[in-house]
Amino acid sequence: MDMIDVEIMLAKVLLIVLMVLQAAPIMAWVERRGAALIQNRLGPNRVGPLGLFQSIADAIKAMFKEDLVPAHVSRFYYLLAPIACLIPAFMTFAVIPMAAPITIEGRSIHFQVADLNVGILYVFAVASLGVFGIIMAGWSSNNKFSLLGSLRSCSQMISYELSLGLSVVALIMVYASVHLGEIVQGQAETLLQLGPIAIPKLGIFVQPLGFLLFLTAVHAETNRLPFDLPEGETEIVAGYHTEYGPMGFSLFMMAEYGNMLTASGLLATLYFGGWQMLPGFAYVHGALGLSGNAHILAGVGLQFLSLLLKVIFFMLLFVWTRWTLPRFRYDQVMDLGWKVMFPLSLVNIFITGALIYLGWI
Amino acid sequence: MKQETEQRTLDLGLPDSEHYSVEHDPDDLWGDSQMIINIGPTHPVMHGALRMVAKLSGETIESSYCEFGYTHRAKEKLGENRTYHQFIVYTDRLNYCSALINNVTYAMAVERLMGLEVPERTVWLRMMCAEIARITDHLICIGINAVDLGALSYFLYGFHQREEAYTLIEKLCGARLTTSYTRIGGMMNDAPEGWEKEVKAWVGRTRKVIDEMDRLLTANRIWHRRTVGVGVFTKEDCLKYSYSGPNARAAGIDIDLRRDQPCMFYKDVQFEVPIGKNGDVYDRYAVRLEEIRQSLRILEQCADKIKPGPIWVEDKRVRIPEKHAVYNTMEGLIHHFKFFMTGFDVPAGEAYTTFEAANGELGFYIVSKEAPRAHRLRIRGPSMFHYQGLDTMVQGEKIADLVAALGSINIIAGELDR
Repeated sequence: MDMIDVEIMLAKVLLIVLMVLQAAPIMAWVERRGAALIQNRLGPNRVGPLGLFQSIADAIKAMFKEDLVPAHVSRFYYLLAPIACLIPAFMTFAVIPMAAPITIEGRSIHFQVADLNVGILYVFAVASLGVFGIIMAGWSSNNKFSLLGSLRSCSQMISYELSLGLSVVALIMVYASVHLGEIVQGQAETLLQLGPIAIPKLGIFVQPLGFLLFLTAVHAETNRLPFDLPEGETEIVAGYHTEYGPMGFSLFMMAEYGNMLTASGLLATLYFGGWQMLPGFAYVHGALGLSGNAHILAGVGLQFLSLLLKVIFFMLLFVWTRWTLPRFRYDQVMDLGWKVMFPLSLVNIFITGALIYLGWI
Repeated sequence: MKQETEQRTLDLGLPDSEHYSVEHDPDDLWGDSQMIINIGPTHPVMHGALRMVAKLSGETIESSYCEFGYTHRAKEKLGENRTYHQFIVYTDRLNYCSALINNVTYAMAVERLMGLEVPERTVWLRMMCAEIARITDHLICIGINAVDLGALSYFLYGFHQREEAYTLIEKLCGARLTTSYTRIGGMMNDAPEGWEKEVKAWVGRTRKVIDEMDRLLTANRIWHRRTVGVGVFTKEDCLKYSYSGPNARAAGIDIDLRRDQPCMFYKDVQFEVPIGKNGDVYDRYAVRLEEIRQSLRILEQCADKIKPGPIWVEDKRVRIPEKHAVYNTMEGLIHHFKFFMTGFDVPAGEAYTTFEAANGELGFYIVSKEAPRAHRLRIRGPSMFHYQGLDTMVQGEKIADLVAALGSINIIAGELDR
């Protein structure tokens, strides 16, 4: 590894960190404006154009407010909890491929921080670490509402991680790889040829049930409505972050949006072809009339843009869902997780296996 | 001396400390080591300053007790120290979500004692006020109930219509929330020109929004799972706890004072009384939603039937003197001074006047001993009775169901504590 490799690596890390960091303020704005749009009102529109700087104003406010640590908390874990929540949120995005690997002047570049051959397993391993932060917060806060919130979060995460993992198992069977890059490559193949239109072998077409299960499970994993029980404010005040001041709360929010970003990235990568170009982009790429490295780099840009648009779509879907549905009750969430989603994901694996055996996929 | 004391202790027959035990108090939750959770008085779900202490087993409420009185302002005692007119402003603060109904009912109560017959236009105006207030109250109730269960958008749809209703009310009396619009024997002032037409337009718009809200939530499966069979309060329970209004109707009790004790012109308008079956949160929600539609219907009919005319009774005792008489004649000025400084005498007697308020039966019991102030004033607020049933309602259910149940019976602390 020479200097240039290190520089490329640093650039990639920086890009990921900045992307996840930016996700929180931008999503906070999108969420508030989106909610306003849905609810027939204006939303924050005073600070900056269209209220875009509202998040900056909020961040400044959060930083300069007194961060009170209540006297009855277990100080070390109380302060550690938001950080423990945030770090996994940053880490998971590292394996999501942003564009196809390219070779420039004999140097092959992978557009992901860590090109792990166990990519998807890494995502699950790290994503489930996030719950430790929540448990720490609930326990160290020494507050009954916090404890109830973290208990809920804990059991919810464990239950849904199961169906999350199992729904992906079927997908792994289809593409015969746990390497995210290879899964994306696999989705470029043609599934059906309908006259001039070639339908690609996207995850959603070969795994429709798996996609629904995955989508539901990530809603639960990211604690979003209709599964936002850990912070169901009308029942248990604010759940695990009841005792936190401005910065602690902001960090939890950042972790939530970071998780949402990762979830959207995974949804796009696993079921919608990841960086595979959107229809029409390939034509644009050709029409640019570039050659050599410029052509390759333009391709990378378009692929990144495609992924970004897919991610944005899922982020908006999260917002839309949140402002449309009411919240489940705790035992109903558990019922859904264990009695519906878990059996369904097993059935899905079985059906997928049968189809692969018959050679239909 | 010492011996004497001991002797006396023995005489009292107190058991010695080893065998002494307080009889177990079933209301005492604090006896063992299970988790006790204190919901309220400052908890986001508590509608006003209410408190519930619940003993939990996991998330299930094993036993609980409710407390209230945090908003007690001695309204009834104030009624004995204020003249009949001065008390009108206090009625606003009973159920502040439907202040106009309280105004109307109180005015009706005093007028009944005095044997006054208010002019036709006033009656129609009061009916319209009462129905607008009923709609705003129900919109809040079902909206907040939905917010408590996580559906914020639903709430804001209704809130927009509520704001428009408040603008209509503002045109009547200049205030949005604390209206104080009625007077004994009349109204503060007449409705502005074309107000009825605006009401009709608003009715049309609101009907559309109500249908939209209905489509958004009523058939939602999560909503069903959260509300059907939750917080059940059966017909028998309702009778036992003296439930009234939409909460009783949701359990299948067919009462509506507007129909059963027709006051004002309710017998001249067409409306139906929606009845539920199971008395769960869903039925209460559905009954309220349908009642909004019926109230809109009543409003439309009122707007058609209301005609211009006088709004004050021709009775020198209660009628507030005209301003031009006050400023230009000596007699007018004296009349005005006496009217507001001492008030008017109400003939001796007592009367209990009830009206179907948004939440249930609202009653004013007034005892008069021929004085400008009531000898005794008692208010029957429906929330008071509804809140008593909450413990029974949520016994053995989850915390999240407590939230749903509390929202569905629409406790307004102002009316509960008075």
